[in-house]
Amino acid sequence: MIELFPNPNYDFIGKRKWAYIISAAFTLVGLISIVLHGGLRYDIDFTGGTLIQVRFEQPPSVAAIRASLGRIGFGESVIQQFGDPREFILRIPLTSSGPEEVGRQVQRTLTADASLGKLEVRRVEFVGPQVGRDLQLQAIYAVLAGLVGILLYIAMRFDFKGGVAAVVAVFHDVLVCLGALSLTNREFSLPVLAALLTIIGYSVNDTIVAYDRLRENRGKLAHQKGTTFAQQMNVAVNQTLSRTILTALTVFFSTAVLLFFGGKTLEDFAFVLFIGVITGTYSTTYVAAAIVVDWTQYVEGRVRRPKKAVAKA
Amino acid sequence: MPRRLWLRTGLVVVVILGSLWYLYPPRRAINLGLDLQGGIHLVLGVEVDKALASQTDRAAQELKGALERKGIAVTQVARDSDTSIAVQLASPRTWNDALTVASELGTFERRDEDAAAGRFRLVLSPKEVSRLRDLAVRQGVETIRNRVDQFGVAEPTITRQGEDRILIQLPGVQDPERAKALIGKTALLEFKLLDERTSVEDALAGRLPEGSELLYQRRVDKDTKTERRIPYVVQKRTLLTGAELNRAEVQSDPNSAGNWQVSIEFNATGARIFGEVTEQNVGKHLAIILDGNVYSAPRINERIPGGRAVITGQFSVDEARDLAIVLRAGALPAPVKILEERTVGPSLGADSIRQGLIAITASAVVVFLFMLVYYRLSGAIADVALGLNLLILFACMAAFGATLTLPGLAGIALTIGMAVDTNILIFERVREELRIGKTPRSAIEAGFTRALRTIIDTHLTVMVTAAILYNFGTGSVKGFAVSLFVGLAASLFTAYFFTRLLFDVVFVRRRTLASISI
Repeated sequence: MIELFPNPNYDFIGKRKWAYIISAAFTLVGLISIVLHGGLRYDIDFTGGTLIQVRFEQPPSVAAIRASLGRIGFGESVIQQFGDPREFILRIPLTSSGPEEVGRQVQRTLTADASLGKLEVRRVEFVGPQVGRDLQLQAIYAVLAGLVGILLYIAMRFDFKGGVAAVVAVFHDVLVCLGALSLTNREFSLPVLAALLTIIGYSVNDTIVAYDRLRENRGKLAHQKGTTFAQQMNVAVNQTLSRTILTALTVFFSTAVLLFFGGKTLEDFAFVLFIGVITGTYSTTYVAAAIVVDWTQYVEGRVRRPKKAVAKA
Repeated sequence: MPRRLWLRTGLVVVVILGSLWYLYPPRRAINLGLDLQGGIHLVLGVEVDKALASQTDRAAQELKGALERKGIAVTQVARDSDTSIAVQLASPRTWNDALTVASELGTFERRDEDAAAGRFRLVLSPKEVSRLRDLAVRQGVETIRNRVDQFGVAEPTITRQGEDRILIQLPGVQDPERAKALIGKTALLEFKLLDERTSVEDALAGRLPEGSELLYQRRVDKDTKTERRIPYVVQKRTLLTGAELNRAEVQSDPNSAGNWQVSIEFNATGARIFGEVTEQNVGKHLAIILDGNVYSAPRINERIPGGRAVITGQFSVDEARDLAIVLRAGALPAPVKILEERTVGPSLGADSIRQGLIAITASAVVVFLFMLVYYRLSGAIADVALGLNLLILFACMAAFGATLTLPGLAGIALTIGMAVDTNILIFERVREELRIGKTPRSAIEAGFTRALRTIIDTHLTVMVTAAILYNFGTGSVKGFAVSLFVGLAASLFTAYFFTRLLFDVVFVRRRTLASISI
């Protein structure tokens, strides 16, 4: 029988102060990167604009494409190689004059430019300003609705402290993922949003497994007498450790495969999942469980202290 | 002892047979999203205010005619906003007669009355406004569906989205520009007389008589590709519209080789009006106008009975065919604007399918091997359950007519990772029970029972997230949510119920069970 952790008894909860520093550091680095980049880079799904994916027969230079686009006044567009050296993505900001014409204009101009050779337009996406704003709002609603749903569910199944701690953990994961997105200069798009929501689900999943175990153990009171809440939590985390690591590994494999073999279109999506699985697993113990422990100890401390005050008087 | 073994086996067999039934034949069973098979996704905004304005314009014209027939002189009857008409009588003495006529315009309410000055306004009631807006969008959907059907697209989706938007998905369309032109054209066909009292030069200099406007004819030179715009002075009054059309057919243009034209035939009402108009205006020119562009303005030589006419304009055969389609399907009640467009070429779609399948296969192989190595025979059981999970997942997608998109493929790859989580939870629990000295039989029993609550909790939270994704998401994100949701629901059945059954069959049924391979 192969066993990763035959009888784990690590002191996870005892080291939570260090974990707080690490979590804060990672979150902060991400936030600083976002601020330095002047906010997240939004995909045209959110900003509005036109995206054109072109495959050329011969790999062209970016400068040649830019020169060609410059002739119709789109010289400022973002031109990006996309996977294959012959494949490019052109992002053209919203224009005032007939935005739906942009795709056709670009296609005509590039085709007419003999220096670029033959080409095939593989994808055109146009998002008008109205739709872009709607999608932005929907994205925020979706994340908020996800978080509120989770808070309610855990508050109902366990207790309020657990719900809040789980949401803080999830929030931490989202921030770390957004930070990673910003650090690697990737764009926030609809698939990235979907990945974030999946990570929310995954992270909560993990937290619930630990909570469930804690509750089960606390049911057997005789077994637990004389232990502090922190110790009980540590036992629960250790008991679920092999499951946590094994599951994290299988999901991690799946996302790694997506990231490395899923192709360019899925890359950002897989990247967020990849980072999210790591931080989601980490945050179960070091954010959610740690907060529940400190909160419970704080409340217990306040219950005891007034008694002392009475004794003094 | 395992309970109701035959009943549970029977249920699994039924599920497997049902899944196979829905998946046959495999090529046609599952809808591929636009990002996988190529095609167009469009969101159109209906400019409903323009529909209101044209409705109000028509009412103003009607009112003017009615007042004139009663001999009531007016100095102004004109639309002063999208939903209101301002009326100024020539003399306040005709006030009461005018009000009687105006009240016949049922849907309007009278406001800002000033009897002494002979002035009032007619305003569309809010209820009528919302009815007309709704009608405009509904008619728009109908008209576009008509056009797309005649254009010939397999399995198009045309639905209303929100208050004033129309969602159109055309899978597998090869020429997106042409499809867009066909869908987005308002196709308002109008017949108006040229205003021959004024010369074009005067009109261009800004001296336009009241009730007339400048419209242009576009002519593209086939050799130089340059466009010429020829101005016409046209009376604003519409004599006849495309609403009275019966047929529109493509013909080759007898006067210019290689060009095509569209012959139209009016219905009975249209033919009668056309006959009267041509009879009363012999010698004048009648302009044929489509969406504000003059196509031709032939001279009326004599009364034209039978209600037939021809639209010429250097059309290619495709252009003529598309024009005939939009004329037959009718005009859109209001112009539309493209708010969102996503076009995917078929070659990109094929690439995406290949990459997605590679990702799923690689993900499955890694997970299969891992479970087999780590949990041995129990791992093999989990692998069989995973296989059944994928089978049910695809079958459900086929049964519900759900669409498989590229993020949907990613969702499946992720489901594989999450579905084995359930088995890992159970197996780890069984190992734990074995470690504290339980017999294999009771360890299996305890492991499955104790893990159940956690499994339900984890599945529910992710399914809630998937449901939220589905509600707030658009297109491809929805596809991801669907496959994630269905995959998880299936995993509850396969990773728990089905695995338990296999455990019962493989281990528990044995007379002596000294150890389990886990």
